[in-house]
Amino acid sequence: MNGWKRLSSFVSTVQKPKYPGSAKPSGQEDSLQHQASFDAAQVASALVGLALLAVLWEAYVRLLDVSALILPTPSRVLSQIVANWDLLIRNSGPTLQATVAGFLVSLSLSFFLSVLLDLFAWLRRAVVPILVVSQTLPLTAIAPLVVLWFGFGLMPKVILVALVTFFPMLVALLQGYEATDRELTSLLRSFGANRWRIFWIARVPTALPYFFAGLRISITYAVVAAIFAEYSGARAGLGIVILNAKNSFRPDLMLAAVVCCSVLTLLLYAICALAQSLLVGDRSGRRLHV
Amino acid sequence: MSELAIVDLHLSFGESQIACGLSLNVEPGEVVSVLGPSGCGKSTLLKVLTGEVHAQSGEVLFRGRKVTQDDAVFALMPQRDALMPWRSILDNAILGLEVNGVARKAARSSVLPTMREFGLEGFEHHYPEQISGGMRQRAALLRTIAVERPIILLDEPLGALDALTRIQMQRWFERRWMEKSWTAILITHDVREAVTLSDRVYVLSRRPTKVIHEIKIALPRPRTDKPVSVQASEYETEILDILVSERGNLP
Repeated sequence: MNGWKRLSSFVSTVQKPKYPGSAKPSGQEDSLQHQASFDAAQVASALVGLALLAVLWEAYVRLLDVSALILPTPSRVLSQIVANWDLLIRNSGPTLQATVAGFLVSLSLSFFLSVLLDLFAWLRRAVVPILVVSQTLPLTAIAPLVVLWFGFGLMPKVILVALVTFFPMLVALLQGYEATDRELTSLLRSFGANRWRIFWIARVPTALPYFFAGLRISITYAVVAAIFAEYSGARAGLGIVILNAKNSFRPDLMLAAVVCCSVLTLLLYAICALAQSLLVGDRSGRRLHV
Repeated sequence: MSELAIVDLHLSFGESQIACGLSLNVEPGEVVSVLGPSGCGKSTLLKVLTGEVHAQSGEVLFRGRKVTQDDAVFALMPQRDALMPWRSILDNAILGLEVNGVARKAARSSVLPTMREFGLEGFEHHYPEQISGGMRQRAALLRTIAVERPIILLDEPLGALDALTRIQMQRWFERRWMEKSWTAILITHDVREAVTLSDRVYVLSRRPTKVIHEIKIALPRPRTDKPVSVQASEYETEILDILVSERGNLP
């Protein structure tokens, strides 16, 4: 049980999930506007930092005359994205498909399992150690095996993405259920609610912010896992583009594909954040009526 | 016949004995306080009543009949308000009705008119974190009252409030009681609160707990909107002496 506690604290250290909400009913718009402008400023400074890094990189390569076969300039990578636009878009499709499919599988599995594990303590004691072990398996070694067993189609990718993203979400959910107010549970019981009712009316809503913390951690792993699965064997996908570019000594095209991976991850992350703000509420204190 | 009678209750968790021959009764429309040293099992007593904890022996009788798990006799108000942060005040207030199968819409329209007497009018659609501690406590009480059970169990309902809010809430409680004559058991460790709010006070011993003293508070109401009377402070002194010496008028 100790190892389990330590692992679950991993999620809470990454994010402190809470129902966000400003305490004051008045001046909500103020804080919202403040928040919006703060976000804009943050985005702006991040972009400036990124641009600065690109300029330094460009200058370094040009001044020291580094070969494009070793380190291409950012401008070259950018022009490669433009030149290979069709290729990149075409291969982003399968990667996105594998990521989303794997993620949805892991989402439904982790929720389903979390319900069972929350209701039955003995099952939790039996299953959680197995899940912890599943997280110690090195992806690099597992990926070729999964491809060997399940072929070059969508299946092995879905499995690998699910394997990687499943655990953070499950841990977050279980931890979220545990965070339910004990007095609220007593109160509901005194009203005559059974365990199942208490689970849906109190434990699930309590777990939602925790779940989204886990979701946002998971989604950043998901694309990486899909790329890795493709790397180990696939017909198409960004992983294949990277692999082919590497084999034909084209670091510029590799980096172009890497940029695509980042954009995909950011896109999925943004969708998760949006879903969170719709379901759990944003900083202004608006919330879903669960 | 008593509204509620607890007869010779014995309760222990493993080795540790919590209650040993605890008996008390509550008359209709009466507010009875249960006072005792902290950790003596006051809150556990309420859990026995709500069926969350099972006693080894002893009986709980409601109007002379043994209370079973399915009887909707008690409505609990927990120590902290335990409001759901994701529900509005109105939707928190209807929680008990909803659990008992009342449709949400019907529950809302039945609770909405009572918002005013609980001082929550205009805050129906606010969230718990947006309102004051006193309001939260009243919302929690409204949630408890809304299920319309015969006996209300109040587990240190004002314990978490600051001194001023607490006095305001005591006044408010008393006015409600004078209007509605709810039957209630009030768990508290505040002697003055017990004397101010209740018709009768039971003093419990340390663990294993039982009733060591019973005292009727024969003071006219309202008691809260004037300074503490001489008789009230005599009651307080008497109860404090018993709490400290653990020697009451019962064996």
